[in-house]
Amino acid sequence: MAAAKFDVPELKDYPIIPKLKKDAMAHSAPYVAKEEFQTKLGYPGELIDNWKEVAIEKMGELTDKYRSLSVYLDSCVKCGACTDKCHYYLGTTDPKNMPVARQDLFRKVYRRYYTLAGKIVPKLVGAEDLTEEVLDDWYTYFHQCSQCRRCSVYCPYGIDTAEISMAAREIMDTVGKGQKYCNEIIGKAQVLGNNLGLPEPALIDTLEGLEEDIEDETGVQVKLPLDVKGADVLLITPSADFFAEPHIDGLIGYAKVFHEADVSWTMSSYASEAANFGMFIGSYENMQKLALRIRQAALDLGVKRIVFGECGHAWRVAYSFLNTLAGPFDFLDSNYPVPQHICEVTHGFIQDGTIKLDKSGNDHMTLTYHDSCNVARASRMGDTPGGQFTIPRDIIKASCNDYYDMPEHSIKEGTYCCGGGGGLLTDDLIELRVKGAMPRMQALKQVTEQNGVTHMAAICAICKSQFSKIFPYYDFQMDQIVSVHQLVSNAIVLTGQTDGGSDEEDTKDAEQAA
Amino acid sequence: MSILFAILFYAATAILVFGVAYKVRKYIKTPAPLKIPTTPAPTTRSGVAFRMLKEITIFESLFKSNKWIWLFGWLFHFGLLLVLLRHLRYFTDPVWWWVALLQPFGKYASIAMLFGLCGLLLRRIVVDRVRYISAPSDYLMLLLIIGIGTTGALMTFVTHTDIVTLKSYLLGLMVFDIRTMPTDIILVIHLSLVILLMVIFPISKLLHAPGVFFSPTRNQVDNPREKRHISAWAIKLESSK
Repeated sequence: MAAAKFDVPELKDYPIIPKLKKDAMAHSAPYVAKEEFQTKLGYPGELIDNWKEVAIEKMGELTDKYRSLSVYLDSCVKCGACTDKCHYYLGTTDPKNMPVARQDLFRKVYRRYYTLAGKIVPKLVGAEDLTEEVLDDWYTYFHQCSQCRRCSVYCPYGIDTAEISMAAREIMDTVGKGQKYCNEIIGKAQVLGNNLGLPEPALIDTLEGLEEDIEDETGVQVKLPLDVKGADVLLITPSADFFAEPHIDGLIGYAKVFHEADVSWTMSSYASEAANFGMFIGSYENMQKLALRIRQAALDLGVKRIVFGECGHAWRVAYSFLNTLAGPFDFLDSNYPVPQHICEVTHGFIQDGTIKLDKSGNDHMTLTYHDSCNVARASRMGDTPGGQFTIPRDIIKASCNDYYDMPEHSIKEGTYCCGGGGGLLTDDLIELRVKGAMPRMQALKQVTEQNGVTHMAAICAICKSQFSKIFPYYDFQMDQIVSVHQLVSNAIVLTGQTDGGSDEEDTKDAEQAA
Repeated sequence: MSILFAILFYAATAILVFGVAYKVRKYIKTPAPLKIPTTPAPTTRSGVAFRMLKEITIFESLFKSNKWIWLFGWLFHFGLLLVLLRHLRYFTDPVWWWVALLQPFGKYASIAMLFGLCGLLLRRIVVDRVRYISAPSDYLMLLLIIGIGTTGALMTFVTHTDIVTLKSYLLGLMVFDIRTMPTDIILVIHLSLVILLMVIFPISKLLHAPGVFFSPTRNQVDNPREKRHISAWAIKLESSK
């Protein structure tokens, strides 16, 4: 159990709706971005003098640019359907973490300046002036939303708080009150190509090291190519895959799949990042800049296909927005969707028998699967709606013998965010992250006790980092979170593999788990 | 009285029609630059039409969310629909056959509607989460519709107004011929509240009625890979680079 300066929520045997506790999380706010990171993205370095006027004007501009925002600000009837749906509300009990209350922080200002009723009788309709306190509330609570869209599933009008959070963050950026974590990362990715700021030599070094590891383990020369011109597939993967656990085991998994299926592939040092933090701050322009790097890399390397690695919000931007932001991709092979998810690729190879999996490679684990929020509710895999639920599960079930789903309310379209998505995966928000993970932890505990589940698989870099960090707060071990392609990696039978390859891996994993 | 209400009716109708039209025009003109359907989402237009149909007839998302709100909300809305359809008999002569057919259902639908409304009001007062998010207008809106429903039900079940004179008055309004309006107090209250509701419709949360059709999370087709989706301002942004 990690030492916490706050109370870790108690995990009940079944979910309950907590009583409201006002201002329970009023003290939680991330570090404000410094001038250098703000100006890099084209925002003022600090809160400008006429911030109020600029913010109100920006609000009007955004409601003219985004139909979602315009409709959602008008349509809420305060029915209360969303009030118990946010993991941050369930974990913190702060009423301003109820989706509608979070929206209302924005909506009350919109009503005051942009609606007739709010101009004439503000008190009656809950309209309020934009003041410094309101701006502080925005900064506090729009950084307690992971843009996971769970509320949008349950709203009778489909109101998506993520849209409002994004707008609020864009307005705050515009007046000079940006968030350090997101803006620093976007700056790095726009210059160096990835969120971690890894330069090309470091990437080469890492990938070579991994190739050696795989060869030591399996006796097979599996390549992790970088910047190979003329390769068929360009793999875009979150940079966490290059060094973090358990992400890196997933990367090894992709490499083994490509190797075994004899696919010519490469990664790019210019576009070495799948995650697009431009979405978190609601900035179309910044999101587009990052997306265009991927287009450029595909053109420069002359590839035929683009495949994305395991990453949740990244897959949303890739699946839903890439064609919009950086398309059309008519220079790629039209026989394949652009982009494809690595799970779609692997799933295809499993189905047509191109790759063989030995389930016993994962016999030391009993698995469950965490649907990453933005994959579940903001994207798709395969040809049919819901493929994002079945395809990863099919892959896991083909790779292991013991699999159990968590309770229905906590998976698929009802899945709970890990607690660290949407630009909140930073240590200055650790209390929020721990508390926000409570509903997922509760569901995981249930299958742990009832079905003997030992490991949870995920396909999102943020989920993986978040869980390995917060598991200890809930008496789980940090390595109980695994990559889906780590399971594939453990199970895949490589041609020419030296005897006992997968057994060795078993022992290694078992040691880590012990 | 007849003239005063005639003027109010014309004014309220104009505000309702032009107010909602103005808002709908704004929703149409405002682009949805990105594909944001809440998935799993239909991959075809007809699939989206079916999804929308389920939202507006059985309140599918609300049903997933909370059975109490769904029950009260659905009873209210479906009751209101029947009641409104039944009211067509005051505006048509001869009464359309299917409106006549609805007559008995429409009468009792007002009870269902009032039951639903009271349930919603009770939740707003009792449930701490809903109380927290409620502004005065949220209570007043419920009370306003309860007022309309109660006065209407009173005239149906307890103390009838002079319905023949009223119908003649309403038919007259439709051809700009102002005839005599009955002046019993319950009717006057009923009609005044209806006029108030019509006036505040375009400037209140009642906009959820047209709004739901324009909600991108519900009305977009899930096909971003197959078809490039791009808004006018995004194209401008591209060409300016």
